[in-house]
Amino acid sequence: MSNLSADRNEHDGQQLIEPANGYLTMKVDGQLFGIPVLSVQDVLGAQEHTRVPKAPPEIAGVLNLRGRVITAIDVRRRLGLPPSMSEDPPMSVVIDLEGELYSLNVDTVGEVLSLSAHTFEDNSATMSPHWRMFSRGIYWLNGELLVALDVPALFEFEPSANN
Amino acid sequence: MDDLLNDFITEANESLEVLDTELVKFEQEPDDTEILGNIFRLMHTIKGTCGFLGLPRLESVAHAGENVLDTFREGEIEVTPTAVTTILSCIDRIREVLAGIEKTGAEPEGEDSELINVLNAIAAGEIVDPIIDGAENSGSESDPDATTGQSSGNAMPTVDQLQLVQQTFALVEPNAPAVAENFYNRLFAIDPHLRNLFANDMADQRDRLMTMISEAVEGLNDLGTLVPLLEDLGVRHAGYDVSPVDYDTVGEALLGTLEEGLGDAFSSDVREAWTSVYSLIAETMKSAAASSIESEPVTNEFGAPVAAELLAEFESAIAAGNSAATDEEMLKEMTEETESTEKPTEPPVLVKTEPAKPVAKKVSKELVKPESADAPNASKETPVAHASIRVNVDVLEGLMTLVSELVLTRNQLLQMVRGVDDSEFVVPLQRLSHITTDLQEGVMKTRMQPIGNAWAKLPRIVRDLAVETDKKIELIMNGAETELDRQVLELIKDPLTHMVRNSADHGLENPTDRRAAGKPETGKVTLGAYHEGGHIIIEIKDDGRGLNVEKIKEKCIERELVTPAELESMDERQIQQFIFRAGFSTAEKVTSVSGRGVGMDVVRTNIESIGGTVELQSTQGKGSVFTIKIPLTLAIVSALVVACGSERFAIPQISVLELVRTSANSGLTIETVNDSKLLRLRDRLLPLVSLRDLLDLDDPASAVTISQQTELVTGNDVNRTDDESLDIVADPLTKSGGEDYIIVTQVGSNSFGIIVDQVFDTEEIVVKPVAPILRDIPFYSGNTILGDGSVIMILDPNGISTAIGQGATAASSQSSNDLADKQHEERTAFLVFKAGNEQPLAVPLGLIARLEEIDVSSIERAGQRHVMQYRGGLMPLIPVDPGQTPKESGSQSVIVFTDRDRSMGLFIDEIVDIVEDNLKIELNADSPGMLGAAVINGVTTDIIDASHYLAQAYPDWFEHRPQEEETCHKQRILLVDDSQFFRDLLVPHLMVSGYDMTTARDPLEALQMRDDGLEFDFIVTDIEMPHMSGFEFAENVRAGGPWKDIPIIALSSRTTDADLDRGRVIGFHDYISKTKRTELVDALTNAIKTYKEAA
Repeated sequence: MSNLSADRNEHDGQQLIEPANGYLTMKVDGQLFGIPVLSVQDVLGAQEHTRVPKAPPEIAGVLNLRGRVITAIDVRRRLGLPPSMSEDPPMSVVIDLEGELYSLNVDTVGEVLSLSAHTFEDNSATMSPHWRMFSRGIYWLNGELLVALDVPALFEFEPSANN
Repeated sequence: MDDLLNDFITEANESLEVLDTELVKFEQEPDDTEILGNIFRLMHTIKGTCGFLGLPRLESVAHAGENVLDTFREGEIEVTPTAVTTILSCIDRIREVLAGIEKTGAEPEGEDSELINVLNAIAAGEIVDPIIDGAENSGSESDPDATTGQSSGNAMPTVDQLQLVQQTFALVEPNAPAVAENFYNRLFAIDPHLRNLFANDMADQRDRLMTMISEAVEGLNDLGTLVPLLEDLGVRHAGYDVSPVDYDTVGEALLGTLEEGLGDAFSSDVREAWTSVYSLIAETMKSAAASSIESEPVTNEFGAPVAAELLAEFESAIAAGNSAATDEEMLKEMTEETESTEKPTEPPVLVKTEPAKPVAKKVSKELVKPESADAPNASKETPVAHASIRVNVDVLEGLMTLVSELVLTRNQLLQMVRGVDDSEFVVPLQRLSHITTDLQEGVMKTRMQPIGNAWAKLPRIVRDLAVETDKKIELIMNGAETELDRQVLELIKDPLTHMVRNSADHGLENPTDRRAAGKPETGKVTLGAYHEGGHIIIEIKDDGRGLNVEKIKEKCIERELVTPAELESMDERQIQQFIFRAGFSTAEKVTSVSGRGVGMDVVRTNIESIGGTVELQSTQGKGSVFTIKIPLTLAIVSALVVACGSERFAIPQISVLELVRTSANSGLTIETVNDSKLLRLRDRLLPLVSLRDLLDLDDPASAVTISQQTELVTGNDVNRTDDESLDIVADPLTKSGGEDYIIVTQVGSNSFGIIVDQVFDTEEIVVKPVAPILRDIPFYSGNTILGDGSVIMILDPNGISTAIGQGATAASSQSSNDLADKQHEERTAFLVFKAGNEQPLAVPLGLIARLEEIDVSSIERAGQRHVMQYRGGLMPLIPVDPGQTPKESGSQSVIVFTDRDRSMGLFIDEIVDIVEDNLKIELNADSPGMLGAAVINGVTTDIIDASHYLAQAYPDWFEHRPQEEETCHKQRILLVDDSQFFRDLLVPHLMVSGYDMTTARDPLEALQMRDDGLEFDFIVTDIEMPHMSGFEFAENVRAGGPWKDIPIIALSSRTTDADLDRGRVIGFHDYISKTKRTELVDALTNAIKTYKEAA
């Protein structure tokens, strides 16, 4: 089901007014991001990761989620941000993408917001091309901007995976 | 009934069900090619399977049906209801026969030629009226005008059938009331609404029914008068709300009743007769009814009778259906009754049966009918249907995942309780643990299938191939019951089929060539499977021409796979491996089965993709052996857990050949040539790859000691608080500075070593695929969760091998050669001991009489020799090493060899072990008393020559016998045995005995000697040999040629009575058991002597 919602969001990203369109917010390097809450399977505290040598650097490793092996993406690295200086270990947001479970490793996880399409704007022209790959647009919040992450895009590794 | 048949019945019944519905759909939409294709395929499958299972009756029926469908498909004939009906009859017949098979395990007797003729006629375009006798009562005239004339023109029951009906009825009649009751019960069971109609007067009805039937049966002979009466009756029935369907219901009940009443006597012939007679009657009435409805409102004619009464009569009429003469009476009776008991319940004006429309309905009804006629017994006895159910594979997979998780959870619990002695959880946990294990095994079992399932098609394929290529091929299948995971089974099915085809097509020569090569005309393809460790080994062996190395070379150059110079430096084995390259086929012409050049490369890729290996061994002129080694299951594999840097990895055991620890003082060190690492391991150089370098793992300097390393491994384990869970990490093989562990793996014919830091335990792991985003990394075949809950990556040696390139081939080919050779050695038990120095020695266990521990004080000296009193005689004691002396005090180990009344003791220092091994003895008798050396348990071990010491003890040990013979020339003996050990053992002994010995490694070599003109006085041959058994060899020798009169003595460890008989028939002069090794030489000498004298 979460699958479906991921798909739908991908295809009609402009029509985000249904009530089901809650966003889970999270912070990476101080910036607020959001992903459709329906695609979220789990939110976990720090998890033990097993590194996968020779994997793209953005892959944080693999971890055991109740008997399932899931692959974790280091969202910081994926967005080209510097490694965290914080003492706190990253949190895992487990998402379902085409039947596979993945973990998005982020600094902190916030609340679930219901966002109205009125506050939505396309990516600003000044956004870096790299970020633009992963952003579907920006929501205006009170005093803060939320970047709507394009989850499937996070996993399109073709260009950078050839290391 | 065997499993294959069971499966077939289950499957065929499913197919038939689909066929039924599809056919009906098809009749309505004759243009839908998709439906037709589906129908055709189903029928085709049934036909094919029948052929394979040897069910000629079914096959012929299905074949005829398929023909008709084929003409539909080709558009040659129009799809008419007639044709469809006939096909449905065909399906019914199949179902009938299937039911018979299910009951008895064999095809029931029966005659289908009529049905087949009709089908053929339809296929040929001659429209045939579909009413043929048998289970099918066409009734499919879509034409409502189906006139009396037409129906009466329908195929009549044969005279025989009429008689049969009468005869069988006579059998039932004595129990008339019971039969009648049974009939009604059945009728009501099938159609409850009839009960209402019969509510009154049941007893009365019963009696009348039987009377009417009996009269009817008697009157059967006069069908001429029957028809009009029936028509009349039918017309009237139409007026009483009797739908055509009801006729079928009645027929069904009738047949059921008969079957129960007659029991065994109710043969298919009887069924046919009754069905035929009944359907004729029913049809006649139905069509009459149909036409009457159209023409006039019949109903009024009789007013409104007591529906029940009339219907009862109608039933009986039908049941009596056959009746001719009776009908008159019946009719009268009915009319009387209707008239007398006129109680118009409701005016039966309603004409419910619209004759035109029911056609489709009728068709469907019909196809159901014969089936439901069987229904009563079908429900009682369908062992096959109930013994197994089909479960969606996904369900099983889901179960499997759950069980895996359960196992992991159980392990965690166990670790928590470990160390807490008096925990109240211990006992329940143990129980949980057992149950979990059982459950795991059970679930695994649901996935296991005998490999025979993958072989089922092969005999047929090979047979067809034999016909097509004009060869004589025998397919031998051993170990078909060996089970493996169904997922694996599916994956190897095609490669296996391909390889067997290849062996039969390319491998085997045609009979002429085989004769010329001195082989039996019939070529053999032997398929074998067995378990070994967690793997299944499948061997595909042929005794054909083997690979033509020259041809492969040409091809290689032609395709520019290698340069001629490179080829020069390759040995045969390496060259043979080229057949696994893409687009490589040495078949000169493309046959319909193979030679298209897509083949072995695909086979290899497929097998390797499931973690298997395929090896090839081929000798030109003698045949090829392909050995496939695959894991039993892909889901759970045994894996070795290793660590490198701070990471742990799993390596599937299947790819681990051995583990080597290198250190400064073990004599094994890693050497470097131009940055590439090599290990000198025994007689070869093993290329090495460092996992650290390969995967860019962190430097070992950071992990000097185990404890630190352990912490490193788990240092990032934030959640873990329980030290117990570190068991696996905390207990590695000890490692000190300068040591490395090398995992020797083999991929195809390449072997190489992977250097790791540490080796832990082996663990059963549940393989889980890696996420799609990691699939590009070639080094991993999956990942898994260990018992402690941590995730580790599973290394893929195939991927690693690919990643490091093919450079390993040259250096490693030697090793694979050794391996392949070993597989052909016999397993022999050896006693390993030490004497004189640390060098282990071995002697075949079979030669030893006893092992004794003797008190040193009992050793005496006689001249230069040590002797002891032993069992009432003096036994010489011989040292293995001439300089060796018995111990000063204590006890002394002695190996005792005995021959007749003489014994000899060999004193030794200590007994090390008894091993059974595939031994490859390198013959280098550089020191007296040694046969040669072999590697036993990884240590070079000298094999002592027992005869040497025997001769030392008794110089005449071997000589007293030959000396008795006054022969003018040395007897020449040919010894044919594939076991080098035996050749080495026997030859010296027999030579000492004064024979001239020649050896051959296998019968082919021996036959070559014959063709080369060598002559012998005796042949001594083993039975179990590669390429050709001793029996075949003997047959071949006896068949003609210069050797046909030479006495042959068989030598075998296989001495069943059957073998003995077979041996005698073939012409063995004697049969000596190999198992009595100490008597072997003796018996052989005697046998040879006896037959020489006799000659």
